[in-house]
Amino acid sequence: MSILGKLSLESIPYHEPILVVTFSVVVALVLAIAFLVIRYNKLGVLWNDWLTSVDHKRLGVMYIVLALVMLIRGFSDAIMMRLQLALATNGDPGYLPPHHYDQIFTAHGTIMIIFMAMPFMIGLMNIVLPLQIGARDVAFPFLNNLSFWLTAGGAILINISLFVGEFAKTGWVAYPPLAGLKFSPDVGVDYYIWALQISGIGTTLTAVNFLATVFKMRAPGMKLMDMPIFTWTCTWANILIAASFPILTAVLAMLTLDRYLDFHFFTISGGGNPMMYINLFWAWGHPEVYILVLPAFGVFSEVLSTFTGKRLFGHKSMIYASGAIAVLGFIVWLHHFFTMGSSANVNAFFGMATMVIAVPTGLKLFNWIFTIYRGRLRITVPVLWSLGFMVTFTIGGMTGVLLAVPGADYVLHNSLFLIAHFHNTIIGGAVFGYLAGFAYWFPKAMGFHLNVKLGKAAFWCWLIGFFLAFMPLYVLGFLGMTRRLNHTNNPEWNIWLYIALVGAFVILAGIVFQLLQLYVSFRDRAQNLDTTGDPWNGHTLEWSTASPPQYYNFAETPVVSDIDAFTDMKEKGEAYVRKDSYAPIHMPKNTSSGIAIAGCITVMGFALIWHIWWLAALGLFGAFVSLIVRVYTTDVDYYVQPDEVARIENEHLDNVAKG
Amino acid sequence: MSNHSSEANSHGSVGSYVTGFVLSVILTAIPFWMVMTHAFDNETTYISIVALAIVQIFVHLKYFLHLNFSENGKLDTYSFLFALMIIVMVVALSVWIIYASNAMMM
Repeated sequence: MSILGKLSLESIPYHEPILVVTFSVVVALVLAIAFLVIRYNKLGVLWNDWLTSVDHKRLGVMYIVLALVMLIRGFSDAIMMRLQLALATNGDPGYLPPHHYDQIFTAHGTIMIIFMAMPFMIGLMNIVLPLQIGARDVAFPFLNNLSFWLTAGGAILINISLFVGEFAKTGWVAYPPLAGLKFSPDVGVDYYIWALQISGIGTTLTAVNFLATVFKMRAPGMKLMDMPIFTWTCTWANILIAASFPILTAVLAMLTLDRYLDFHFFTISGGGNPMMYINLFWAWGHPEVYILVLPAFGVFSEVLSTFTGKRLFGHKSMIYASGAIAVLGFIVWLHHFFTMGSSANVNAFFGMATMVIAVPTGLKLFNWIFTIYRGRLRITVPVLWSLGFMVTFTIGGMTGVLLAVPGADYVLHNSLFLIAHFHNTIIGGAVFGYLAGFAYWFPKAMGFHLNVKLGKAAFWCWLIGFFLAFMPLYVLGFLGMTRRLNHTNNPEWNIWLYIALVGAFVILAGIVFQLLQLYVSFRDRAQNLDTTGDPWNGHTLEWSTASPPQYYNFAETPVVSDIDAFTDMKEKGEAYVRKDSYAPIHMPKNTSSGIAIAGCITVMGFALIWHIWWLAALGLFGAFVSLIVRVYTTDVDYYVQPDEVARIENEHLDNVAKG
Repeated sequence: MSNHSSEANSHGSVGSYVTGFVLSVILTAIPFWMVMTHAFDNETTYISIVALAIVQIFVHLKYFLHLNFSENGKLDTYSFLFALMIIVMVVALSVWIIYASNAMMM
């Protein structure tokens, strides 16, 4: 074996025109960004204020930037698939050969779940959660930075697979024996394994970090049951992450051993059992969908209560319903493989457990409706997303209950009905929620408003596009079309495939409107500044800070005596009080250790994928050394002096008085 | 950063560790004695070993892991119970699933 392991010039797919064009575009974009950064002399700003930052708000923004970039990547995959399926009818092979098409649907699923939805949700949580509980930062700021870079490392690996080698052709679940060495001898599955493994560790660390934060760093007076609902739903999601991600790590480690060291956990001829992979994968995979959707439920709750000007209906019942969903979410995973052929009793148990989840979810829906009832709902962009969600998600929920009937599932398993169902819940539930949260907290995080017209245009395109793209898939499922087909030969299906393609283009218009919205809002930011820090008349503590928040969050730790802490302060006249003097604030220093450690781990991952053993050892060693250096660094903190705090606070209060 | 609230829970005293240690030794010695002397019939011995082992688990949880329901300690206890519940659910249900599907292939 050569010094570069399996890597050779032939690994680079320069003979695939689609990939060469994509590569050129990516390179051009990277060069353009690099040029702009250097041209405007922002390299120092980028490095010091962003990449090495341990500030939870900046990390949150970086998570969301990552999520948006990966959204574009994942959506490109989606529209390529829809285009292929609309072209490849009546026996036509279309433009994507199977080996390329298979990589695209695998990458689409992996990217959208792990590198779009997860970073988006964690980004919102990073920006908002510490502010909502009145904390100065998370419990472990450096760990937070490391988590981000581990996630980014995984994302980098999956994008490298586009241009060096190939990605898995197994579907995003990578079931053995297909994902085993015998049927997938190439590096695709290895890219999948290491991208998920590295980012998964980052996600687990994030959950631990935020659990410590909510349990130990709440503002005085804020009992657990008084935490704002978004913080609560994120906390349930974090509990699920801490409990379920280790299962994914373990099952991927077993698959790794099977592929690298000739183990046979999942090889029947060696005494293993591939069904165990499926079982463990979904024991993580099902909690994962609740990890995605619970924080989105929290966003809707915050948005609806803020924009009706009312307290959330049933705050406590929301918390308990989220908890019930979190716990029940752990005993339903078999519904992903009813057809595996376990006993009727097993299928009945998991089918019923699945249906029961509709109860706490339905309860939440009623709570939102009762929150709106007799309120004065201001139809803003976040509210539009929330209303769109309530309609769309209800349909997705009902098809989910239908799929939970094992008998029905035997008919619909692996059909496009299933594809329509989970897109219905993940787009209509999680993604709409994140986009609502994006519009809701954008002024808080960035200090200026988003353009409303373009936001509304984006919403309508997404909503209509969603229905056009996915309702036909329900029909196709009933007509018998299965998932992951490369080309079809059934004239009855054609019209529905064409409609779905039109829907994908309408969603594309929605994404274009959103990018346009970002550009226009940034260009006109001087006219749209949020000077008060409280643009929506908010209820919770994040709105008591400036926009963007002071880097130390709160000059003095707030004392809380109500669920809607900030509303309470405004009513009692305790908000915006000018203090005569401030105490010094203890703050963590920025560090490049997170980049160093995660960078070395990413290099190790790349080396392991290509069997470059010396480089893998070097990467691991580098990560270890960087960690030791960090551990023995004592100069990690500083104090913000009272006069600086006073200057920043007075400036904010002057702005509030003007606005 | 400076507002890390209340210090961690008590980590026990010498006295509580000694109590835990002595209890553990006694609970380990009894089964040994039962097995070595054959003082009881087999069934009684098995049941006693299992019962004493379970008692000892609680001794360890209380005296060594300091799980309790006091104001400071209940968070640890709840997270322990939650983890226990999840592990029992995932492991037990997995065993059931795989056992049942194997049985179908017999």
